[in-house]
Amino acid sequence: MLRFIVRRLMLLVPILLGLSLLVFLWIRALPAGPAQSLLGERATPETIRQIEEQYGLNEPIHVQYWSYLKTVGRGDLGTTIRTRRPVTDELKERFPATIELTFAALLFATLLGVPLGYVAAKRHGTWVDHSSLVVSLIGISIPIFFLAILLKYVFAVKLGLLPTVGRISVLIDLEHPTNFYLIDALIAGDPEAFWDVSKHLILPAIALGSIPLAITARITRAAVLDVQNEDYIRTARAKGLPPRTVDIRHIFRNALLPIVTIIGLQTGLLLSGAVLTETVFAFPGMGTWLVEAIRQRDYAILQGGILFVSVVFVLVNLLVDISYALINPRIRVS
Amino acid sequence: MGGVSKRILLLLAMALLVLGAAGCGGDDDEEGGEAAQTGGTLVFAGAADPVSLDGALVSDGESIRVITQIFETLINLKPGTTELAPGLATEWEVSPDALTYTFALREGVKFHDGTDFNAEAVCFNFDRWYNFSGPAQSPSASYYYSAFFGGFAKNESEDLGDPLYKSCEARNPTTAVVTLTRPSASLLGALVQQAFSIASPKALEEFKADAGTLDEETGFRPTGTFGTEHPIGTGPFEFVSWNREDRLVLKRYEDYWGEKAKLDELIIRPIADNAARLQALQNDEIQGYDLVEPQDIPTIEGDDNLKILDRPAFNVAYVGINQAKKPMDNLKVRQAVAYGLDRQAVVDSFYGGRGVVAKQMMPPEVEGYADTVTEYPYDPEKAKQLLQEAGVQMPLQIEFWYPSDVSRPYMPNPKNNFEAMAASLNKSGFKVVPKTAPWDPDYLGRVDEGNAGDLHLIGWTGDFADADNFIGTFFQDFNPQFGFRDPELFKMLDDAEIEADRQARIDMYKQANQHIMDTLPAIPYAHTKPALAFRSDIEGFVPSPTTNELFNTVSIGGGSE
Repeated sequence: MLRFIVRRLMLLVPILLGLSLLVFLWIRALPAGPAQSLLGERATPETIRQIEEQYGLNEPIHVQYWSYLKTVGRGDLGTTIRTRRPVTDELKERFPATIELTFAALLFATLLGVPLGYVAAKRHGTWVDHSSLVVSLIGISIPIFFLAILLKYVFAVKLGLLPTVGRISVLIDLEHPTNFYLIDALIAGDPEAFWDVSKHLILPAIALGSIPLAITARITRAAVLDVQNEDYIRTARAKGLPPRTVDIRHIFRNALLPIVTIIGLQTGLLLSGAVLTETVFAFPGMGTWLVEAIRQRDYAILQGGILFVSVVFVLVNLLVDISYALINPRIRVS
Repeated sequence: MGGVSKRILLLLAMALLVLGAAGCGGDDDEEGGEAAQTGGTLVFAGAADPVSLDGALVSDGESIRVITQIFETLINLKPGTTELAPGLATEWEVSPDALTYTFALREGVKFHDGTDFNAEAVCFNFDRWYNFSGPAQSPSASYYYSAFFGGFAKNESEDLGDPLYKSCEARNPTTAVVTLTRPSASLLGALVQQAFSIASPKALEEFKADAGTLDEETGFRPTGTFGTEHPIGTGPFEFVSWNREDRLVLKRYEDYWGEKAKLDELIIRPIADNAARLQALQNDEIQGYDLVEPQDIPTIEGDDNLKILDRPAFNVAYVGINQAKKPMDNLKVRQAVAYGLDRQAVVDSFYGGRGVVAKQMMPPEVEGYADTVTEYPYDPEKAKQLLQEAGVQMPLQIEFWYPSDVSRPYMPNPKNNFEAMAASLNKSGFKVVPKTAPWDPDYLGRVDEGNAGDLHLIGWTGDFADADNFIGTFFQDFNPQFGFRDPELFKMLDDAEIEADRQARIDMYKQANQHIMDTLPAIPYAHTKPALAFRSDIEGFVPSPTTNELFNTVSIGGGSE
């Protein structure tokens, strides 16, 4: 097991090197650069030249790449071009926001999706099954931004129950030692702030969780159906085990494998940032950060951000593999 | 059925309840917010976070909005106009040779840190700008300084010019004298910009406004905290805190020399998405926002709890012509383009009643706008006739560029504008070849380099109310965007820029505008009024053409109905 983990971690090095080169070349292949973007309508050939000189963008590309690698090697991801702040500082603010949102969305998707799929399978062919199919299809096919605007219209504008933007109400003062606002509220021992932050998470989590919810429900249903018809289930029932024990220990546990896989994969995806959800809810996470950076050709953010997201993605997948072994003793990673 | 499935069913039922609630919605409008109050907190949304609150080192509108509340300039604009008014200077005198400016300063003004505002503080700031070095000289930082003053004490780039600034002398505590190296008449107009706001010298030094590391590999990284944690000026609001991407909090400055702020607190928050800004306003999470999309205006006007405020037009949308591409160098061809553009139809159809047809390359509010110029009403026959006289083969094929994925105050939907213009040109002896690129940086890059075909759609929003900031910016020198050299026009604009006599200067710019509309280096077609949205109980906000808007007059009125 340990060897497996170490080997997977070592694989990170070539993956990251390859990725950094790819990102590096790709963003420089885009037409126009950060200088043009910074100045907008006010750019002139002279001012553009001046900025390029300042950021070393006029150097040959291999020189730029080498100096970039040297910086990253020091654990420094560079300085953003627009805000002139260290990329790592912005990352420290953005990533916790995305993690909070991701977990809220996964919580919503799993807590609803797994039972929905399970019940659908147990009531295979009945109206329960059919309506779960309809719910999942709606979940998958409704565009997120539309769902988000609809949710906000109903729960905020019309009912006035929930906020529409941001992570916390502007009238609440809270220190941010961790930038995980829920944890910050706990540290501060402020239940009002905790409730406020939770309220800000509800709508984005539903919007973002709608697709994972549908996928999780479908996969759960398929997995449970599969397992239900296995011989060992028949055996278990035949030897007189209570139905509840069969359901939990035999069917559900065996069906968990594909469910965990799909949830794990989605975690990786969601952690890289949910562009649409974050934009519509003005939620300052990774997604909006990276998209803005593409638009503004902020090379430092793109390079650092994508590198970071790749590391997270690889690590999450590693965790999924490890959890296989824990759930299913038949699987031995080696 | 086991206990588990019962619990699961319960969960399902809860889920259905939630979904059901979403489905049927609610039409019971919430009773409008808080009771009547004076003071209070106003939350206003911009589209992005500020970059920094050091006016001398930024050029983006979101930073400038906040800087306007905290800092003041020597000269103000009368609220809602482009007319100069006393600011930190109560009076000023320009020497006849336009080289020496003497400012009488307001007495008894204190910075937020308790230090005195005086002539030494003024000169400290002027000298600070002039002595910028390293990255502070970059146009991404001190764009407005170098755009106006040309260069620095020690220029670090060949692309910078000779400095216009010579010295500043604190003759006595209430008199500051600024001397220039060559005459310039637009200094007063330029000084209203927040790039020239006066900061506390003590705070600039204590919080190391100009310090930073310049690392070859990571770029410039400011290390001081003046612009992020300690911006200290003399304005009606003082800085409290700034949590990035969340909120920037300002509070009333109790010792303000002028009209003290009615609000206790002003909170600015960034919301990038247009629909999100509107919904946050409807939900009363914010009480006002800037950059209202034209398509949202009917919704806001139809809601009794909300209202729209107009900013006077301070921009120009135009069709740029690149004379480096033949046969655009032929005046008759350019005239044919002008007659072939149905500008009225474009403004009527796509500006939601918020635009007027532009006749000159600057808005009528700016001094120097000519009383009469040559006009080019839509006339396809005349266009064809001109093309014939020009001796080109009809239909004349022209490449016409427009930007995608962008909405500008002067051009809400470029594609609509383009399609209407292309249709009218195609009826006028042209054959339009459409070309497009994403706005920023692709499209803008092409336009600047002169690679955006024969014609291109673009526009300009003024930085300050001076003709030099419009036609001077476009046409004072050779500009690859337009690809022409007209020594007569260049000289007219050079002379006007330095003319000290106001009336003479106005006449010179009027003449230049007439010349421009005769020679048609570009064809203006629209001026627009950008909109802001507020809750209807917010009073006292005066929109300014140049966005110099102060929140000290704003109050939260007598409760919403």
